[in-house]
Amino acid sequence: MEKHTDPRNHATCVAKNGLLKFDYVVRVLRTFCRYFMKHIGWDETHFGKMGSYYINRTFFFDVHPPLGKMLIGLAGYMTGYDGTYPFLKPGDRYEHHNYWGMRGFCASLGSCLPPFAYLTVLELSQSPTAALITAAVLAFDTGCITISQYILLDPILMFFIMGAVLSMVKFNRQRYRPFSTPWWFWLVLTGVNLSGALGVKFVGLFVILLVGMNTAWDLWSLLGDLHLSLIDFGKHVLSRVFGLILLPLFLYVTIFAVHFVVLNKSGPGDGFFSSAFQSRLIGNNLHNASMPEYLAYGSIITVKNLRIAGGYLHSHWHLYPEGVGAKQQQVTAYLHKDYNNMWLVHRSNDSDAQSGEPDLVRHGDIIQLEHKETTRNLHSHLHEAPLTKKHFQVTGYGINGTGDPNDLWQVEVCGGRKGDLVKVLRSKVRFLHRATGCVLYSSGKTLPKWGWEQVEITCSPYLKETPNSQWNIEDHINTKLPNISLSVLKPHFLEILLESHIVMIRGNSGLKPKDNEMNSKPWHWPINYQGLRFSGVNETEYRVYLLGNPVIWWLNLVSLGLYVVMVAVASLALRRGVQLDKRRIEHCRVLMEGGGLLLLGWLLHYVPFYTMGRILYYHHYFPAMLFSSMLTGITLDTLLQSADLWLRPPYSDWLLRGGQAMLFLAILDSFYMFHPLSYGMRGPLAHDPDSTMAGLKWMDSWEF
Amino acid sequence: MLASSSWLHFVQTLGHPRLLFDSMLTSIKLPIVIRAEINLVLVVVTALGLLSRLYGINFPKAVVFDEVYYGQFVSLYTKQVFFIDESGPPLGHMILAFGAYLGGFDGNFIWNRIGAEYSSNVPVWSLRLIPALAGSLCVPLCYLLVVELGYSHLTALGAALLFLMENSLIVQSRFMLLESVLIFFLLLAVVSYLRFHNAQSGSPVRLAWLVLTGVTCACAVGVKYMGLFTYFLLLGLAAVHTWQLIGDRALSNGVVLMQVVTRFLALVVLPLLLYLGFFYVHLNLLYRSGPHDQMMSSAFQASLEGGLARITQGQPLEVAYGSQVTLRSVSSKPIPCWLHSHKANYPIRYENGRGSSHQQQVTCYPFKDVNNWWIIKDPGRFVQDLVVSSPPRPVRHGDVVQLLHGMTSRLLNTHDVAAPMSPHAQEVSGYIDFNVSMPAQNLWKVDIANREAEQDVWKTILSEVRLIHINTSAVLKLSGSSLPEWGYRQLEVVGDKIYKGYQPSGVWNVEEHRYGRSLEQRERELELHSPTHIDINRNLTFIAKFLELQWKMLTVKHEDSEHKYSSSPLEWITMNTNIAYWLHPASNAQIHLIGNFVTWTLANLALAVYVLLFLSYLLRRRRKIEDIPEATWCQLLQAGVVCAGGWAVNYLPFFMMEKTLFLYHYLPALTFQILLIPVVLEHLHTHMLRWAPMTRLGLWIESGHRRSRTFAQGRKRLREPFQRKALLKTCFVECITLILLVSTSTWDQRTLGPETV
Repeated sequence: MEKHTDPRNHATCVAKNGLLKFDYVVRVLRTFCRYFMKHIGWDETHFGKMGSYYINRTFFFDVHPPLGKMLIGLAGYMTGYDGTYPFLKPGDRYEHHNYWGMRGFCASLGSCLPPFAYLTVLELSQSPTAALITAAVLAFDTGCITISQYILLDPILMFFIMGAVLSMVKFNRQRYRPFSTPWWFWLVLTGVNLSGALGVKFVGLFVILLVGMNTAWDLWSLLGDLHLSLIDFGKHVLSRVFGLILLPLFLYVTIFAVHFVVLNKSGPGDGFFSSAFQSRLIGNNLHNASMPEYLAYGSIITVKNLRIAGGYLHSHWHLYPEGVGAKQQQVTAYLHKDYNNMWLVHRSNDSDAQSGEPDLVRHGDIIQLEHKETTRNLHSHLHEAPLTKKHFQVTGYGINGTGDPNDLWQVEVCGGRKGDLVKVLRSKVRFLHRATGCVLYSSGKTLPKWGWEQVEITCSPYLKETPNSQWNIEDHINTKLPNISLSVLKPHFLEILLESHIVMIRGNSGLKPKDNEMNSKPWHWPINYQGLRFSGVNETEYRVYLLGNPVIWWLNLVSLGLYVVMVAVASLALRRGVQLDKRRIEHCRVLMEGGGLLLLGWLLHYVPFYTMGRILYYHHYFPAMLFSSMLTGITLDTLLQSADLWLRPPYSDWLLRGGQAMLFLAILDSFYMFHPLSYGMRGPLAHDPDSTMAGLKWMDSWEF
Repeated sequence: MLASSSWLHFVQTLGHPRLLFDSMLTSIKLPIVIRAEINLVLVVVTALGLLSRLYGINFPKAVVFDEVYYGQFVSLYTKQVFFIDESGPPLGHMILAFGAYLGGFDGNFIWNRIGAEYSSNVPVWSLRLIPALAGSLCVPLCYLLVVELGYSHLTALGAALLFLMENSLIVQSRFMLLESVLIFFLLLAVVSYLRFHNAQSGSPVRLAWLVLTGVTCACAVGVKYMGLFTYFLLLGLAAVHTWQLIGDRALSNGVVLMQVVTRFLALVVLPLLLYLGFFYVHLNLLYRSGPHDQMMSSAFQASLEGGLARITQGQPLEVAYGSQVTLRSVSSKPIPCWLHSHKANYPIRYENGRGSSHQQQVTCYPFKDVNNWWIIKDPGRFVQDLVVSSPPRPVRHGDVVQLLHGMTSRLLNTHDVAAPMSPHAQEVSGYIDFNVSMPAQNLWKVDIANREAEQDVWKTILSEVRLIHINTSAVLKLSGSSLPEWGYRQLEVVGDKIYKGYQPSGVWNVEEHRYGRSLEQRERELELHSPTHIDINRNLTFIAKFLELQWKMLTVKHEDSEHKYSSSPLEWITMNTNIAYWLHPASNAQIHLIGNFVTWTLANLALAVYVLLFLSYLLRRRRKIEDIPEATWCQLLQAGVVCAGGWAVNYLPFFMMEKTLFLYHYLPALTFQILLIPVVLEHLHTHMLRWAPMTRLGLWIESGHRRSRTFAQGRKRLREPFQRKALLKTCFVECITLILLVSTSTWDQRTLGPETV
């Protein structure tokens, strides 16, 4: 046993040195230039702004879970940023605002990636060279550097992903010392990192899958171990359930709880949420509001679609343009609160008996809805809707409440019976058009410029029950009825949690690519086909361009292919029972187990993007790129170590050393060539021979 | 011999009793004795299948549901007119068209409405014959599949009967639809693979089964892309089996290599070749131009007879200075169009207050028009000099040219003025000198994107060209938005300064082309109006055509349409949906696609039981507790891979699809799920409980069947189209075998066999 530990100690020693060296280099690289760029780069507009929202405690909506932005906000708060900078558009200057804390926070998380990768690969392969290759690849990749320099979610996300992988690998090493302190420590740390990853972006789900598969495999082998009693096995299962499911879930829910507690003021995100949700927010008109409980004739109301982020039924003094159905007044859905969302409820026969008690509207009643501002009635007819051609157009028609039979709508409470009253905020209502039998519907499609880019409203002949055709009454003003307090409506925490998730998921899948834009496709990514412009377009501007170091990325790609070939050869050799010496068998094991885990990680973080309908960007590949780089380390190291397969000893050793030296030189040299991509370029674009980047535009599709 | 005799059983069931040669031809001895073995059960099952699927298939004599869709393609096939159908590869249409060919259909029918009466020239019977035959042959295939999985003949009979009486499958088989053909190929592929796997190694029949697997897999994929799922499942199964083979150290390396290569050739290479073959036949059969020409590139269109070929035939190949050309945008999004200009200027101010150059509009116009003609001009020459010299001076990659609009004599120009709809890009105009210090910037560099050599000549149709503006290095590009009223709603053309890589919207090709001969503008206008003619022929290779067609099929997006009967995958398991296939316009006779409730429930139950059984066995075996013998476990595992796996691969992917889905998409998955019922029952019977003999199942189904028939007759008075939900709620009857709910009048006239009720 002594002999075994010795080389390992040596390896760890070398490893520690290498790690320290790398950590230093990386930190210098990452922090080197983040003070230089004094203006907003790319998505900093979003995430910086959201950080400010946390500091100002105003409610907003984003498609990602809140942890990343919360941490950004916290970093800003701790370093004295006051949350007043508006973050309007990329390229704006920060002036006197204290933004460095937020950037520094992201950069320092980003600089943890190479050391984490180093340790992970070292654990998997026990080879410091492999670990060093990985760390060099990540440290000198211009893409990783650029993406870590700004106020973005990606460095935070990648930090948690790498953290989870590292602690998972460490945990696997503790296999023979179950329930010891380090065993528990790494288990809990894995769980914490998982919740962190998921709390930043839903991409964290992929790493959860990876850890889940690893755990399932682990448990499977434990189950096969007949020395282990079922009770002990049960303990193993339960501890993993605690560490990898319950704990992360608890932390994840806690993140949301903090999110909701911190953001208690009404803000730009209100309209995306249901009426009940809004009643929680200070400053929202539903907060501590009171209004009549049941819908009555003569009331002034706003009607909100139940589709998440559905918008209010809206109309305004503009007509549908020529060629879009009848040239009558537009009716749309509008996400923001506006006086044009107000509608007046009329009885169908229009003999408004205004005297005495106001009548309540019941299920099955036939009503007219008059637009308060323009006095037109909500109207539909057999013209096709502007965007959804199979539906009918909805317009505002008539004047001062007089119209025609096409203005009649039947109120239907979902799940109600004839005679049921319509509850404000709580009832789901459908409006059936009397004349055509269609149902008032919000398609969710955005109208072109003539419709002020508001959302289309149609009348759908398909009577399926969908939230698109269900509405609720939000504001309700009727002086003749007694008001009740709506604080009873305040939703439960779990309801809020559920709703915000639905809104996020809808929002995510709603980010559809536009047809005529050049979209990034998943196959572009591994070949480094096209980068992302972080700031600056013109020759005069200071430009930063997110693009992976092509030498490194193509090396990664080649290594992937090499890995598949090597693993195929190795497993065939084992399967056919070829005699191998001990060292070779160890290589095969590293390739198949360590490499397999990393390949699985790469696949899990890459392949699902092919099935996604949402809009994709280049930076979505970075988590997968981490795995691919780690795999590169293991593959190239094993390849060079196996040089003695085809060369005799002295030469094979030379090949090994020479290959390693070449590799590091190539990485360093390419970093030197491409470093202006991350640290900023000025002057002419690369196709100009005078440019600093002249001759480096190796692919036509790169735009620097 | 076992394999070949069962195969014969199957062939006999097709109605062609063939005989098994007891002795091979090589060892002929007199007297020659022929012995025939007939599996009567199989014959009966096949006969029942034929009866249920074929009886009265020419009723109704009207377009039923998706026949309206497939019918168009059948018509186009019979007329040999080219079309694109993005829903699947061409084999399915070919098979349907073969039916039309047998019936002598001339293709003259307008497929526009479900329920339209067929005219007398439509051979309804033969159109529906092939799907019905395929559907009926699935019944014996189910039987064979279960036998091949190693279960008893009684179990196999159960499977065949369950499949036979699944009314959704009956409905789907009885009309001109493709699902039954697909299911037929899927089942045949699985059966032949299992035959191959079970056969003794070394026999030549074994190889034949392997080849048949490859062929049927190709056919399944050729009918619908959905076939890919089962194909991949079989490939996975074959990979596992091959891996076991590799692990067999008793075999020599040579033998293993041979086996692996054979399997690879038969299961991967052969299907690929066949798939290409389908397209080869497809492209050879459809040689006439048709309704979908516009979606294809000019080169493709030129290879079709009629259409563009009529115009382009005989055009000069090399574009020269003085050539008169039309330029088509290579991108066909949003629609294919040609570079166009007309006598109208950009408005001085747009609606949003931005200014324009007020020069002549340049647009992209989706119709053929005399205003689409441009003349290639050498910048060094005068405007008057617009004829092609002899010999013609061809334009090469990298040359700088000017483009003169034929009818208005304006030069194509772009400058640093924001484009009307896409303000980030430059406006493109026909230059008019207003004397407002806005100089002409009308030089364009020709950049041939698909050049083979640096000095390549610009070729008509074949060359894809980028026009790069000299002063601003902007690229002439279709922006994709359309102009408002003042631009006649034509498409906007811009100069894009930030041009990324290869974008089809920035690439153009010359479509119509002739050498200009006229010196005078008036003459030239006459010339532009006249058709082109000089003779040169060119053809695309098959592979080029295949790649283009395949790419178009995979990328064409048709609008996400909502359909009254569309459903979500979750609704399929619970059969919470149906489709009204046909409704008699006068009487209330209807045909619905709806499943057999008993089968559906049993299949779901069987799946659940199977998963439970599998998991418990698996975990217990891991702890070395063996409840069942190894062989039974392997058998159960294989049945699970085929049946439960077949269900999963044919069902789960639908959750990720964004297209409009219908109940019939579930049928392939259902087929595999049904096969699981008897398998699970037999397992339970022999290994767990020893109850419920298989015959009882048969009796139960039969009784359910009888009851539903009375139910159907009971509903005769129903006048309203029935509501599925109400049906499920009110009728506790387990078996809703209600396919043809025919109102009194038609019921009396058309006596339908009990199987079709």
